[in-house]
Amino acid sequence: MFRQASKPQDDYQVVLGARGENRSTAKDYIQSMISDFMEFHGDRYYGEDEAIIAGIGFLGDLPITVIGIEKGKDTNERIRHNFGSAHPEGYRKALRLMKQAEKFHRPVLCLVDTAGAYCGIDAEERGQGRAIADNLAEMADLKTPMISVVIGEGGSGGALALSHTDRIWMMEDAYFSVVSPESCANILWKSTEKADVAAKALGLTANRLYEMGLIEKICRKGKMKELSENLKKEFRLLLAKSVEELLEERYQRFRKIGY
Amino acid sequence: MGVPNIVDGDTKRCIGMELKKLFLKANNELENTNGRAKSRKISCKTCQKKLTVEEIRANSFVCPACGYYFPVRARRRILMLTDKRSFHEMDRELVSKNVLEFPEYEEKLQQAMEKSRENEGVICGVATIQGQRVCLFSMDSNFMMGSMGAVVGEKITRIFEYATVEHLPVLGITVSGGARMQEGMLSLMQMSKVSQAVKRHSKAGNLYVVLLTNPTTGGVDASFAMLGDITLAEPGARVGFAGPRVIEKSLNQALPKNFQMSERVLECGFIDAIVPRNQQKEYLGKILKLHARLGEEYRMEEDHVSTGK
Ligand SMILES: [Zn+2]
Repeated sequence: MFRQASKPQDDYQVVLGARGENRSTAKDYIQSMISDFMEFHGDRYYGEDEAIIAGIGFLGDLPITVIGIEKGKDTNERIRHNFGSAHPEGYRKALRLMKQAEKFHRPVLCLVDTAGAYCGIDAEERGQGRAIADNLAEMADLKTPMISVVIGEGGSGGALALSHTDRIWMMEDAYFSVVSPESCANILWKSTEKADVAAKALGLTANRLYEMGLIEKICRKGKMKELSENLKKEFRLLLAKSVEELLEERYQRFRKIGY
Repeated sequence: MGVPNIVDGDTKRCIGMELKKLFLKANNELENTNGRAKSRKISCKTCQKKLTVEEIRANSFVCPACGYYFPVRARRRILMLTDKRSFHEMDRELVSKNVLEFPEYEEKLQQAMEKSRENEGVICGVATIQGQRVCLFSMDSNFMMGSMGAVVGEKITRIFEYATVEHLPVLGITVSGGARMQEGMLSLMQMSKVSQAVKRHSKAGNLYVVLLTNPTTGGVDASFAMLGDITLAEPGARVGFAGPRVIEKSLNQALPKNFQMSERVLECGFIDAIVPRNQQKEYLGKILKLHARLGEEYRMEEDHVSTGK
C-alpha cells in the first residue's frame, strides 16, 4: 500500500508545489474518474458556495456522492470558487449531500484542496466554527462509507471538515497541516522567512503523516486510473462491513490519535 | 468500545483535593498569595483603577468600577462553579511529549507548567453543582494560551466517554487559541477525536453545556465549543474561528467593534445566553436540575436504545 514519494523533497517545496497553479483541481479528478457527474447546489439555509462542488455520479459502476473543494483554473474561475476557501454554506452544502448519500447508502468521496476555510466577517457571523464542528460530529455518525483524498492543500480546520472519513488518502505531493508554515513561523519566530523550518517541523507531508499513522495511503500523482481503481476496491471493502462495524472502526480510527 | 482505562482505574485517577492548597503557588498576579498579597494593588486593564486582590476576588474577578472581566484560571473556575470540595480530578497525570521534536516545544511546556502550575491546559473531573453531579472540563489560558494538543484532546475525550458510560451531563468551560501548532496534525485531529466523543455522548441522550470564555477561537471554536446542547458565554468574550488580525489583514479593513464579541455572536444566533460571572453557578445549577428530572424518567427506555457503543 505504501509508496515512497518519488524523490526526497524539501518539505516547504511540497507546500509551494501543492499551491502551484498548474495542478489538477477537484474538477479534473471528477472529470477523469466519475462518469455521469451531476452537480447539485445550495445548502438550503442561506446560499450556494462555489468553493465546494458537490454532486453524484458513477465511480465505475458504483453510484457515489462526490464533494470536492475547487480552486479554479484561471483568474475568473478562481474568483468564482473563492480560491478554494469555503464559507459556512460550503460546509453545510457538503453535509447536506453527505446526509443524502447516507439515506441512499451511497459512498462519499471527498476531494480536499484548500488553503483553509475562508476568513472574513460574513463567514464568521454565519458560523464558520459551528459549520466545521457540525461536519466533524455528523460525519462521525454518517452511516455510509467515506474516503477523503487530499489532492493538494490540506489547510487546517477547513480541510479537516471534509476529512472525518473512514480513510484519509493523500497524493504524494500534497500536504496536510494544522497551520500554514508561514503563519507558524510568523507566530513562533516573528519571521515568515523561517517558513521552511516550520514546514519541516510541522510534519505535514504525506510521508510523515503516513509514518505517524494519520493517513492510510499515499497515492501516486498523475495516476488517476490507479486512484480510481483503488477507490473502487476500498469502497467495496467498506461497503461489505455492517454499519455498526463501519462506525466503530471510524471512531477508533480517530480515537487512537495522539495518545 | 472507546472507553479505555477510565472506568477500571477510576479510583486511581480521581484525586480528591482541597483546591485552595493549589492556589498558593499559582504564578500570576491575581492568584499568587505570598504573605501580604491580598492587599497588593493591581490596576484594572480597562479603567486603570487600582484595586486590591481581595476586592477583585470578592467581586468574582470582575472589576467593581468598570465591569472588566479578569481572566480566571481553570482551577479557580471549578472552585467558583462547583460545590465546595465536591470536585474529583481525573487524568491529572497526563503530560505532553514532543512527538514531532518541534523546536523549543519542551521549553514552552516547561514554562507553561511553571506559569499555570498545571500539567496541561485542561482540568477534567467530576463534581456537583448545587447538588447535581456533573462531569466537567475547564481549560486554562495560562497553559500555552489554552491550546489543544494531544493530551488536552485525550483528557476531554475521556471525560466525554466516562460521562457517556455513567449517563452524566458534561459542563465544558472553554478558553483557547486553538490547536497547538507544535504537535502538528496530531493536534488538529484532536478536533475530530473530541467531536466524535461529544456526538456519542449526545446520541446517548446526555446533556452537554458549554460556557464560552474569553477567548474561544480556532480549532476549539470549530469543534467541541460549538457542539453544546446549551451554549452560554461570558460577557465580552471573544468567540470565533479566525483570529481578528488575520481577517483585518486579509480584508484590509478595520473590524466592527463588536466583532466576535459574545453579544454579537448571540445576535448572529450561535449562543443561547450570556451569563454574568456572579450568576453562573446558579444558572448552571438550574439547567442541571431541569435535565436531571428528565433523565430519571427516560433512563428506563434509554437502556433499550443503542448508546452508540
Ligand atoms: Zn476596571
